[in-house]
Amino acid sequence: MRGGSLWQLGQSITRRLAQSDKKPLSPRRYFASGADLKKTALYDFHVAHGGKMVPFAGWSMPIQYKDSIIDSTVNCRVNGSLFDVAHMCGLSLKGKDCVPFLETLVVADVAGLAPGTGSLTVFTNEKGGAIDDSVITKVTDEHIYLVVNAGCRDKDLAHIEEHMKAFKSKGGDVSWHIHDERSLLALQGPLAAPVLQHLTKEDLSKLYFGQFQILDINGSTCFLTRTGYTGEDGFEISVPSEHAVDLAKAILEKSEGKVRLTGLGARDSLRLEAGLCLYGNDMEQHITPVEAGLTWAIGKRRRAEGGFLGADVILKQLQDGPTIRRVGFFSSGPPARSHSEVHDESGNKIGEITSGGFSPNLKKNIAMGYVKSGQHKNGTKVKILVRGKPYEGNITKMPFVATKYYKPT
Amino acid sequence: MALRMWASSTANALKLSSSASKSHLLPAFSISRCFSSGLFYLKSIGWCFGFEVLEGLKYANSHEWVKHEGSVATIGISDHAQDHLGEVVFVELPEEKSSVTKEKNFGAVESVKATSEIISPISGEVIEVNTKLADSPGLINSSPYEDGWMMKVKPSNPAELESLMGPKEYTKFCEEEDAAH
Repeated sequence: MRGGSLWQLGQSITRRLAQSDKKPLSPRRYFASGADLKKTALYDFHVAHGGKMVPFAGWSMPIQYKDSIIDSTVNCRVNGSLFDVAHMCGLSLKGKDCVPFLETLVVADVAGLAPGTGSLTVFTNEKGGAIDDSVITKVTDEHIYLVVNAGCRDKDLAHIEEHMKAFKSKGGDVSWHIHDERSLLALQGPLAAPVLQHLTKEDLSKLYFGQFQILDINGSTCFLTRTGYTGEDGFEISVPSEHAVDLAKAILEKSEGKVRLTGLGARDSLRLEAGLCLYGNDMEQHITPVEAGLTWAIGKRRRAEGGFLGADVILKQLQDGPTIRRVGFFSSGPPARSHSEVHDESGNKIGEITSGGFSPNLKKNIAMGYVKSGQHKNGTKVKILVRGKPYEGNITKMPFVATKYYKPT
Repeated sequence: MALRMWASSTANALKLSSSASKSHLLPAFSISRCFSSGLFYLKSIGWCFGFEVLEGLKYANSHEWVKHEGSVATIGISDHAQDHLGEVVFVELPEEKSSVTKEKNFGAVESVKATSEIISPISGEVIEVNTKLADSPGLINSSPYEDGWMMKVKPSNPAELESLMGPKEYTKFCEEEDAAH
């Protein structure tokens, strides 16, 4: 096998999952060796459970445990999975003007969110491209809670801080707190709600997809959002770090082993099946939310008013249509991977794959990527080049696996 | 498969890398090594960090194995390799009657998350490929030395086999490679 060293093969797995941001702004984040990797509160817990630890965005994270990535991915949709996502960055914006402040940086209609609800949004740059995607929640009119990607932490915080300084210098009332004292866990799958209900007195049947609550879970005050990155019903739980291991243990015990610790390998397969973007692959600085198929995330009022970075570019794309669009693919042969070229049936290049792999739940190859507008309709036959050879494929809508978000009927 | 996994975790727990103290395991395991295709009976010599390295085979430092019987050399990837790779979801093999060259790529193995080229340990003409791998690529994981064989080659230069590693050398090679990380 190429590479001689199989360790390097293991590393290639992480390179495929790694975020695009490889230029840390803070010198402390530059890691010369594995010894400098940060550890979450669950590090020892992962190792004790057979976690295979790999470097990811400056952290030592479990890519999988004793079960295979395929089994883990299937188990999430049949039973459930518990993910350690404490490497992601949670922060709170507070103050009278935190809502108008955030609206200068994201495409969401933050003012229009009811308290206790949130949404996926995109932080944009002056060209309308994506700096990062994020789940934001309006806790109250003076408190917004948001989670950003681990690989974009330094970039995002520097961006927010720079704009916050300018906003405050004009008299705006906003401040922030970065929740490094908390750890984020994600509990996903059909058993997520029944299991979590054992650990809290609050009635979870009243907490719908996108909603947020601060409540006691397993004896500690947690931030709970009914959201996730798998397409399944589930939650992201921000727990004080000193209670993270106890909470993880409690969740696994209450599920009688059906909910399993699940690593980043399966997490990536799950989000791909759900048609969700991975920042750094499917969304980058030069891709706008319109091109990425996230027009729904741009608030209606924002489409009329703008007021966020790059609004002129985005509003024009909403009017004229974008030149490229994100689509899903099925293909035969080897799985299509990032940077594989997409050709039309005549062999003309029409796009590129940005993420792809074998779907454990569908047992076929799935991929997502960008093609020229006009060539993006479902059913369009394409050829995908893998290692120089063309393989048959077709464009399909996403999600590949139907989502099961808990919404009111 | 269950027997191998049990033996593997035992070896890991005991941190053993030679067969001496595990001779009680060999007879039971050896029985499972007999298979009906009439190929040679292979004896497991021991464990490379819990992975199986078989006697009677030659190994490349790119983790392919070769079984030379008369004018036919059967080629696949080692147990150590399949374990690092993870579940195989697709295998790309050469056409029959094509030629392969020592130390050159002859195909690819895809796992859930990564692709790896497979390098031919010898030169020669491909006389047969394992068509079962098209529908069951997982045979490479469950049976890397038997049902997961990849291709049979007529060696054009049998002397090339001399430069490959024997089982003990390969075991040591794996240990050194893993220890370096």
